[in-house]
Amino acid sequence: MNYIPNIIFLVLLSVSLAIFIRNIKRINRNISLGKSIDRKDQSELRWKNMIRVAFGQSKMVSRPIAGFLHVIVYVGFVVINIELLEIIIDGLTGSHRVFASLLGPIYNILIATFEILAFLVLVAVIFFWTRRNIVKIKRFWKAEMKGWPKLDGDVILYFEVVLMVLFLMMNATDSILQGIDPKHYIEAGSFPISQFLVPLFEGVSTENLRVMERSLWWMHITGIFIFLNYLYYSKHLHILLAFPNTYFANLNPRGKFPVDFNIKGEVQMMMDPSVAIPEGNTSPPEKFGASDVFDLNWVQLMNAYSCTECGRCTSACPANLTGKKLSPRKIMMDTRDRLEEVGKNLNENKGVFKADEKQLLNDFITPEELWACTSCNACVEACPIEIDPLSIIMDMRQYLVMEKSAAPTELNSMMGNIENNGAPWPFSNQDRLQWVNE
Amino acid sequence: MLNVPTLAQLQSEGKKAEIVFWVGCAGSFDDRAKKITKAFVKLLNQTEVSFAVLGTEESCSGDPAKRSGNEFLFQMQALQNIATLNAYEVTKIVTTCPHCFNTLKNEYPDLGGNYEVIHHTQLLKKLLKEEKLTIQGGKFKGKRITYHDPCYLGRANQIYEAPRELLQKLDAELIEMKSCKSKGLCCGAGGAQMFKDAEPGDKEVNIERTEQALETQPDIVAASCPFCNTMMTDGIKNKEQEDKVQVMDIAELIANANDL
Repeated sequence: MNYIPNIIFLVLLSVSLAIFIRNIKRINRNISLGKSIDRKDQSELRWKNMIRVAFGQSKMVSRPIAGFLHVIVYVGFVVINIELLEIIIDGLTGSHRVFASLLGPIYNILIATFEILAFLVLVAVIFFWTRRNIVKIKRFWKAEMKGWPKLDGDVILYFEVVLMVLFLMMNATDSILQGIDPKHYIEAGSFPISQFLVPLFEGVSTENLRVMERSLWWMHITGIFIFLNYLYYSKHLHILLAFPNTYFANLNPRGKFPVDFNIKGEVQMMMDPSVAIPEGNTSPPEKFGASDVFDLNWVQLMNAYSCTECGRCTSACPANLTGKKLSPRKIMMDTRDRLEEVGKNLNENKGVFKADEKQLLNDFITPEELWACTSCNACVEACPIEIDPLSIIMDMRQYLVMEKSAAPTELNSMMGNIENNGAPWPFSNQDRLQWVNE
Repeated sequence: MLNVPTLAQLQSEGKKAEIVFWVGCAGSFDDRAKKITKAFVKLLNQTEVSFAVLGTEESCSGDPAKRSGNEFLFQMQALQNIATLNAYEVTKIVTTCPHCFNTLKNEYPDLGGNYEVIHHTQLLKKLLKEEKLTIQGGKFKGKRITYHDPCYLGRANQIYEAPRELLQKLDAELIEMKSCKSKGLCCGAGGAQMFKDAEPGDKEVNIERTEQALETQPDIVAASCPFCNTMMTDGIKNKEQEDKVQVMDIAELIANANDL
């Protein structure tokens, strides 16, 4: 017996898994550069949130058309991957449709389901492509979507089309061969979609059909391996990260911004010097707010890798809607780009970051973008996987104000008024009750 | 004549108030917002709610400082206010400003300020339910009202229904804008934008929101935030619709309906 195909398959599988694991480790290392934040509490609520939002796609459907199409692709992706298991076993052992004899009639239902889903995915993907490229929905054509992000979005769709077409063609040739050569091609499966592709292969010799079937089988699985390793370089990581991203999401009311306990002692001391500094809370943090990815917490960094650049956040942002430079999606894309840059730096320098005189602030995100935010939470609300661009904006504002005293002038006078009169306007606190008698 | 006791007065008389009305800086100093404050106090007086204000002992909640990124100033304000509130053993607070509401409710607890904080629309709804407040519908019968969700009440704290339930009692026609509730568009002045010029763009945010409001052809744009009120009022003026469309707080609408 000839073992060469099995060996080739084993090598292919091992290499693609090895690269995939290396990339996952890099992502994990980069995310771990972030500061700690406790998101391990309330596990029951977190599981529920993940099941509802990620598994259940509850926020996707708030935009019905895109949501419906996405659910098709999502269900298709999850279900068709059962087939992957069979392909891998066949590839490693040299069997053919190994589940057929195990599952009997259920196998027919399974294959039929895969085919119908593959067809629906194809249709959905064509709609997606049309929305991007023909209808030109605005959020796919914003400034930050030029170049690679635009291409990336299309490439993912092309990948899906190619994989689905290969899958269906493979089934079509297989089903013909089942009738000619049942010794090698077990009669199994039901082919509600690929039966329509059978006429394409009319008049092809058995030998050529065999070559075609094998080629399609190999191209299909190779395509999947390539796609698996494309993820790391693309916005498509959400298919994995959406789950931890929703699990570790912020469960507090959206209006609650975190209180920095590190400075509480200092504030208390300043207000009343007789207050003893609480133990273990004596030193203020080295740096307030965030100017680079190292200053953000790991959830914010994971958010950046999870972003699919769908732009629902940006299309809901009041600043962006009225032509300001701020785009919450860009905040996430910039954070990821900077984090990737830092990651490459680590790769090249044996895991030690070599100062590169760049940072997230100014080199990627400008103060003009940060100051345009109204903190309205529309972006957070809009995100189908609960990414929080607002938290990054606020951390960066904190850096600008507390480390650089770089607030817009009018805000400085507002803050001066609060300090002096306890109100953002220059009114005396003694006049607080004047309205009663007016 | 408004009856507005301060906590200090009540304490000197050995009395206590059930709930503290946190007036807020806008409610105390801004000419437009002061009218909302007074309308709400009229309703409190009418329903004989036991309340008091801090008066000169109130200070900015710290919201605009925190949203500007000045955590230090925010905590100074918060700790100072918490010291005052705790000294009076305050347990319940009502505010007419969603920004104060959010800060007191969500951000003060971590600094030692634990109170039951409610927005005035929630209190009015409760009073209505307890039949302490009645709303006379006649005056607004047939009027078209659209409600603008303040971000810090809606998305920030999931309060969408209380204001709408009150508006429905006015016998008016409540018409939703194309972006409403969790998808409501900001008026443009949250996150300390009230105190600075907007960044360069094609349009002001309040104009965008005003256009959405005008699409509903309203007689009244209802708000429940003094900042939203200002922004929407400016937007209506910019569109030269101030003769046709009024921007009113829900407290004002109810006070008005009840001839207060």
